[in-house]
Amino acid sequence: MNFSVVTSQFWQLLLNGLAVGLIYVLISLGYTMVYGVLRLINFANSEIFMIGTFATVIVSSQVLHYTSAHEALHGFHLILVLLLLLVVSMVFSATTAIVVELVAYRRLRAKGTNRLASLISAIGTSIVLSEGVRILTKSAPVPTPRLLSKFNIVTFHGVSLRVDTALVIVGALVLYFIVDRFVSKTLLGKAIRAVSMSEDTSKLMGINLNRVISATFLIGGLVTGAAAFFYMQVYETTVFNVGFNLGLAAFTAAVLGGIGNIRGAFYGGLTLGLFEEFASAVIGGQWKSVTVFTVLVLVLLLRPNGLFGEAITQSRV
Amino acid sequence: MINLRDKGAETWEKWGRPQRIAFAVILIAVVGLLPFGGDFSFTSFLNTPVSSYQAVLVYPVGMFVLMALGLNIVVGKSGLLDLGYVAFFAIGGYTAGLLGEYTHLNTWEILPIGMAAAMVAGVALGLPTLRLRGDYLAIVTLGFGEIVRIVALNTQSLGASTGIAAIPTPPKTFGLIFDIEHSNSYFWVVLVMILLVIWMVRRFTVRRPGRAWEAIRQDEDVAILMGVPILKYKIWSFSIGAAIGGAAGVIFASKTQYVAPNEFTFNVSVLILACVVFGGMGNIWGVVLGGVLLAYLPERIRFISDARQLVFGLTLVVIMNLRPDGILPRKKREKLGAKAKALKEAASE
Repeated sequence: MNFSVVTSQFWQLLLNGLAVGLIYVLISLGYTMVYGVLRLINFANSEIFMIGTFATVIVSSQVLHYTSAHEALHGFHLILVLLLLLVVSMVFSATTAIVVELVAYRRLRAKGTNRLASLISAIGTSIVLSEGVRILTKSAPVPTPRLLSKFNIVTFHGVSLRVDTALVIVGALVLYFIVDRFVSKTLLGKAIRAVSMSEDTSKLMGINLNRVISATFLIGGLVTGAAAFFYMQVYETTVFNVGFNLGLAAFTAAVLGGIGNIRGAFYGGLTLGLFEEFASAVIGGQWKSVTVFTVLVLVLLLRPNGLFGEAITQSRV
Repeated sequence: MINLRDKGAETWEKWGRPQRIAFAVILIAVVGLLPFGGDFSFTSFLNTPVSSYQAVLVYPVGMFVLMALGLNIVVGKSGLLDLGYVAFFAIGGYTAGLLGEYTHLNTWEILPIGMAAAMVAGVALGLPTLRLRGDYLAIVTLGFGEIVRIVALNTQSLGASTGIAAIPTPPKTFGLIFDIEHSNSYFWVVLVMILLVIWMVRRFTVRRPGRAWEAIRQDEDVAILMGVPILKYKIWSFSIGAAIGGAAGVIFASKTQYVAPNEFTFNVSVLILACVVFGGMGNIWGVVLGGVLLAYLPERIRFISDARQLVFGLTLVVIMNLRPDGILPRKKREKLGAKAKALKEAASE
């Protein structure tokens, strides 16, 4: 236990926690949106994330032929490459998400079976994806070439804002804002919200259920892919089971904020990221997941509809 | 496809008491003699590449059938999604490890203690969380499973990452020797436990707890309205399931003489749940079949070692798409079905 860290490094921990939290926000958007329309934990979401990280690595090292010895890029060139990687990662993740929906969910939904069957088929898909990548990579962690030189933008009283942290914070906020606007303003977003309120009623209103569900998976996949890109800019290596712990944390975040609710994912992700950062500074990194889950249990005990409690109508029928 | 489950139930209905007893005795005898089934030349294909057929019968097959039956009470009978069942298995295993190391209790004396420890953990976890609905329970149990593993991994007195070794084997009982050479003895112990669990579940199903679980599974709100004390029965279901997991853990620890955190990962929980859903949720025979298949197949196909899990995942997807209710699904409520059919016909006219 080392409580002095909290005060002495408060601002640094806050910044790092924000960056981690915003990555959680993006991943939990994938969980929470799919949960909203299907009322199912999408177990394959962690693999959708994993595919995104590998897409980043493969494109930057195999297609663009950057090596780890390569000099960091600058200026316009850098922005172009980063944007390209972001798009690639999003596209790959989204494609995976759509495939997962087709393979694991659609047929079962058409048969109108119990939810656990879909859960198991999603777990099966998730195993296939992660094992496939494990065999291809021989279980080894894969580093990505560093394209972004990691300098500190500003250093103020010993607190430094590194360029990748800044990139994550800004990028994730922008993406979150876009998704939030999209769901609340567009027709498709309205349809998604309608389906998550009542599947039957929205069918009666003439909403094409399969299209809406596919669109939800698509958006969830795109956002998860973006999260994968940001993750790679900060951590720079990936491994076949990279998504497992992150997925768990992101789902916890979604529950924390009230699952099925987009704002909930935002608050939950931020809370969890910050809490995790401070908790691991105080009691040591190996207890990180334990503290996270203890908090989760306490939250569920005291505020079963999530910390921010506004999710009731959307997450529960 | 023919509904094997209904056909079996029909035959069973028709039989009188003597026929039923004879069938049960023969079935138990056949299963009890299974360990000798690998001794002949034409059955040698049963031996798996790494461990002998007899050893595989105990772990994973017997253990997974036992745990799947325990989890079936929670998931199949009462409809509570538990994604951290491995926690109870771990608690049983670690209880056996600690008590074996620091006391002179033998395995049979540890067994009830391990079950009690798992039950206490089940109640402690269940009391706050069983008030919540499905998916929250799923994530909390998942978290609990991870917490137990991480606590074991980071606690020096539990051996941290190396775990606890040299756990004593059970003493010689009824002339059966328990050690690494005699897997058969363990198999018979597990078999007796499986039979006890099956008997218990069958009794429960036709009595008050079973009916309460069924009501909770079908519709919680209606169950409350009908006066079912749902929290009480949920906790019973949860802690009975936990006790069975704990028992499996104690036997597992005394068989392998070694427990370590990496034996109790989330994957084990998933595998047990897969046994339940794959075989047919809520139906004992389906769950037994699911346990046997999903525990045995990965061992048998170890020769494609690297792609083993991949094939396993594919199997899950394919089978769930073909038979979403499992291989041997639970009996559908006939009256309800008939009524729904009549209603449908009336609506179409």
